[in-house]
Amino acid sequence: MLIFEHSSHGRNGAPQSPVEKASVSAIPESLLRKNRAALPEVSELQAVRHYTRLSQKNFSIDTQFYPLGSCTMKYNPRACNTLAMLPGFLNAHPLTPDEQNQGFLACMFDLQSMLCEATGMAAFSLAPMAGAQGEFAGVAMIDAYHKSRGDEERREILVPDAAHGTNPATAVMCGFSVKEIPTLDNGDVDLDALKQAVGPQTAGLMLTNPSTLGVFERNIEEIAKVVHQAGGLLYYDGANLNAILGKIRPGDMGFDVIHSNLHKTFSTPHGGGGPGSGAVGVAERLIPFLPLPMVTQEGEQYRYLTAKDCPQSIGRLSAFMGNPGVLLRAYIYMRFLGREGMVRVAEFATLNANYMMAEARRRGFTLAIDSRRASHEFIITLKNEARKYHVSAMDFAKRLLDLGYHAPTTYFPLLVPECLLIEPTESEAKEALDGFMDALEQIKQEAETNPEILHAAPQTLPVKRLDEVRAAKQLDLAYRGSE
Amino acid sequence: MPFIPHTEQEITQMLQTIGADSIEDLFDEIPTHLRAAVLSAVPTGMTEMEVSRLMRQRAEKNTKALCFLGAGAYQHHIPAAVWEITTRGEFYSAYTPYQAEASQGTLQLTYEYQSMMTALTAMDVSNASMYDGASSLAEAILMAVRANRKSKSRKILIPTTVNPVYRQTAHTIVKGQQIDLVEVPYDKATGTVTLDQIKQQAEADITAIVLQQPNFFGCLEAVDEITDWAHENNILVIAAVNPLAITVLNPPGEWGLDEASKGADIACGDGQPLGAPMSAGGPYYGLLCCKQALVRQMPGRIVGRTVDLDGKEGFVLTLQAREQHIRRSKATSNICTNQGLVVTASTIHMAIMGAKGLENTAAACHQNNNNLVVQLCAIADVKKAFAGAHFHETVLQLEVPAQQVLKALMQKGILGGFDLSLDYPELGHAILVCTTEMRNEDDIAAYAKAMQEVLAQTANNVASLQESA
Repeated sequence: MLIFEHSSHGRNGAPQSPVEKASVSAIPESLLRKNRAALPEVSELQAVRHYTRLSQKNFSIDTQFYPLGSCTMKYNPRACNTLAMLPGFLNAHPLTPDEQNQGFLACMFDLQSMLCEATGMAAFSLAPMAGAQGEFAGVAMIDAYHKSRGDEERREILVPDAAHGTNPATAVMCGFSVKEIPTLDNGDVDLDALKQAVGPQTAGLMLTNPSTLGVFERNIEEIAKVVHQAGGLLYYDGANLNAILGKIRPGDMGFDVIHSNLHKTFSTPHGGGGPGSGAVGVAERLIPFLPLPMVTQEGEQYRYLTAKDCPQSIGRLSAFMGNPGVLLRAYIYMRFLGREGMVRVAEFATLNANYMMAEARRRGFTLAIDSRRASHEFIITLKNEARKYHVSAMDFAKRLLDLGYHAPTTYFPLLVPECLLIEPTESEAKEALDGFMDALEQIKQEAETNPEILHAAPQTLPVKRLDEVRAAKQLDLAYRGSE
Repeated sequence: MPFIPHTEQEITQMLQTIGADSIEDLFDEIPTHLRAAVLSAVPTGMTEMEVSRLMRQRAEKNTKALCFLGAGAYQHHIPAAVWEITTRGEFYSAYTPYQAEASQGTLQLTYEYQSMMTALTAMDVSNASMYDGASSLAEAILMAVRANRKSKSRKILIPTTVNPVYRQTAHTIVKGQQIDLVEVPYDKATGTVTLDQIKQQAEADITAIVLQQPNFFGCLEAVDEITDWAHENNILVIAAVNPLAITVLNPPGEWGLDEASKGADIACGDGQPLGAPMSAGGPYYGLLCCKQALVRQMPGRIVGRTVDLDGKEGFVLTLQAREQHIRRSKATSNICTNQGLVVTASTIHMAIMGAKGLENTAAACHQNNNNLVVQLCAIADVKKAFAGAHFHETVLQLEVPAQQVLKALMQKGILGGFDLSLDYPELGHAILVCTTEMRNEDDIAAYAKAMQEVLAQTANNVASLQESA
């Protein structure tokens, strides 16, 4: 039932606004609204009850194991939320003079510094609002760098075929053309193909390491050399930074630009799909191009850097500086971890993934890449089950929901047929991993003996499988009254 | 170990299963000479008690001054229930609703958000939100260029009455697409753009025009007249609106007097006034709405209502064929998130406040601003920069540098407004003052008193300087 369907004309009962409407007679009649918007008319209790009940229809980290590959669904410590919502932060107007905003700016400056250290980059900007905007900023900086050198011919970005869809979409948004580089069966980038592909047109290569196939790119040094020798720059997609945090730093691998998804590695909440944060870091030669604003320290004082300080910046990406509330949560999380905690993140995320991979092998599942160490995630391919029992990876995913587990990422990366990309994260205990593997094994048996259970799943959730074709064909994108 | 549950015994068991001697072995594919040293510039870890102390100290350092500053972020009352419900773990720690059956809470809420936002803007379609107001304007411009197939120029008219940081953001985001953002100056008397000025900038082929209502000065643009003219000339209209203001002001879907072409084509804006605290600049969210005909050009996530196998109502992400994870380099945008959690708060905020509550709030903002302006303009050397109506912000001109006045006000506990001298030097010593429903009569009187004292002090200083000279 929609909130609109709880509505009764004339009802409100929330002591939240002025009782009487003040005069708006100073505004010309022609500019005034004629009909009141048809928002629901409910009591505060009705609203609270409705949205509390809606929340209970969600799977979430706080309620379920959520091994969604490439998304790093780790525990979001409650203190990060509580402390980021202290009144001193919540009531800070973004345009408050810097002298009056020192507490917040100190946190942001420290966050920039810690990100530099953790990734081996020379400078960081917190401006990007999400991973995709971080990518945009990174590629725009690559563009600005080449143009600043009069190197106008570099109009092509190379992207491995295993990459996230955002990589090619971003390159195009920045005005580049895209060339895909194939990946070998062992998960490494095809070096020969890369050598063939680079040239005077190459602006850069966008790479995720460990890759979306869940393995570390072993030829990273050679790749960096090939791209750099061709005059291109190397972009690090930080989606999988959780796997290597404190173990190996993108800057030391030769990357020139990176974005870090703070909502993954640094545990800010995913919030049902945002807000995120895609802070960008750069090597020395790209510092002038970082997006604004940034925070600097002068003596004991912190202040925002603006276009006056950084005339070559690619500019602003939002009205203020990224998503400050998200940045605060990441900062608090990093202070909890400290330098020793950061390394443990990578270690235990990797331990959990390799343990699950070993368990999957033991329980008869086919691994996409069996010969390698897993990073913080690994891939099961269900192509054999699909062929033999006519069940798909999606059927497995839906059945997992019935058994109380959020499904892993399905059908990504696109290179692996009928795949489940599984990322447990470091914050899950062994019994959660075992429980999930038991569930997966149970489903495998069901597939063999009674595949109908899979086809019909889920049965225990608020709805059964939804008709997506109908949703796209008979568009119903907003409530239009009870007709 | 912070947030890591493993016991020694479990670690041993797990390594045995893997067939590795140590956790370190799991990293043996990484070249050893590349391995990181200790992250010495990162401090050592802290307990929750220690982190809490640090953060409380830092939060205390921020000002508690009375806020009369707006310029794109506004201090409004938010019902306590809004963030109580929003930060429930089931909303807070869920991800993008890719598994629809396990995400009906977020999906239905987003559908309700889309419904409320289309009701508020009087537009046909809303997406699930963009990053913020500035980036939603950038996306609206990209969308207009895709949608206006009759126009070949990729020229967008942007009046300088549009928030300067919105214009800067739009420039950053669209510059890779050979789009020409053409600025239109404003009328010095009214602080709004006139059709004459627009026509002077408008060559034969213009793709779209941006109109902000209320504009950055708090003034009200002649949206009907300009919308009709734009549509007669095959120009799409992009409305940038304050979603609270349009509970009182004519919503973008109603702009224009010509019934046949009525309404802005795309509406964007910042949702912050509807339930997001100022929070040093975010997270907020960008609203993005459009006419039905443009729905397939819309970037970002959209939720649709459908049915399940039993014919029961349910909700899914829809029209995904536009998006990067399907279309890759041919996607309408690289954006793959929305500002989900802030949209959650905003939806609950709208439900609790209701249209009438929001309307009364908006009217109070407007009236408070009128009161403030009357009191401030009663002081010698303070005058309104522009004739005409305002919503809840007004430009005031002073005889002394704005920076100096604002600093002195701050010492008296008043965050007095936005200094316009950097973005609009032609206005002289000008400030933009804002009042929301949060500023009561005492607050307004306190501001007027402080301003009077500050200006008297400044006048004395000037006089004594002149004497000593």
